Amino acid sequence: MNSVGEGCTELKREYDQCFNRWFAEKFLKGDRSADPCSELFLKYHTCVQKAIKEKDIPVEGVEFMGPNREKADS
Amino acid sequence: MIGKHFFSETDIKSTWEQVLTAFWQRYPNPYSTHVLTEDVLFREVTSDNLLLSRRLLTKTNRLPRWAERIFPGKRSVYIIEDSVVDLGNRSLMTLTWNVNHAKLMRVVERCVFAGERDRPVWTRITREAWISSGVFGLSRPIQEFGLARFRSNQVKSMKGLEHALSNLQKASAVCPGDSAEKHKNTNSASKTQKPQQYI
Repeated sequence: MNSVGEGCTELKREYDQCFNRWFAEKFLKGDRSADPCSELFLKYHTCVQKAIKEKDIPVEGVEFMGPNREKADS
Repeated sequence: MIGKHFFSETDIKSTWEQVLTAFWQRYPNPYSTHVLTEDVLFREVTSDNLLLSRRLLTKTNRLPRWAERIFPGKRSVYIIEDSVVDLGNRSLMTLTWNVNHAKLMRVVERCVFAGERDRPVWTRITREAWISSGVFGLSRPIQEFGLARFRSNQVKSMKGLEHALSNLQKASAVCPGDSAEKHKNTNSASKTQKPQQYI
């Protein structure tokens, strides 16, 4: 699967592979040891953030689960 | 409330753990040609062991011809999917919505993937969506179209998830010695097979 940042796809792939392994082998089994993917995520994240800015994708400042709060109020 | 509402409940015969593993790996799949990009923007394990994630997806914005004439221009839709995995309760909740083209049409979808305590090999998927349009005079046809497209996408989404589940199950069947733990095959299989890559 491609990243929104054309140059970030390889970094994404490496991060995804790390995450998927940690998720299935550690997290789902209740193992609370820290995930080993932070470095990979940081590299990938830096790349994607740059692409997001260049493409003007409106994700800045969007509250986590934002619309859920709207639903609760209405 | 103005707009369209959608609700569905489906049970699938896979454990919650399998469904969750597949959930992160469902793109690309043969039913997701309209999904152009997928990125994780944020991830965090909280102090009470919830896994929070945010993903950004780009999807094509296929419109019926009458709408294309009225709303020409950029096609892609940017979508945010926020999720919370609650391991203790065997529950995944996701909220997905578009962050552009919102005035034309806004779709908010809430899904819950719940492991059944009484039926551990089954997972219940509850899907709810709200579709609304702010375009004066056209909101009704736009909402109708939006609901129709949502239904169609929902079918693709389930097929895509099932496809990912099937791939995972095939991958864990490769190593006959690992009957005890389905997910442990990654290390031994990695030289000959990479179960996470679906390119």
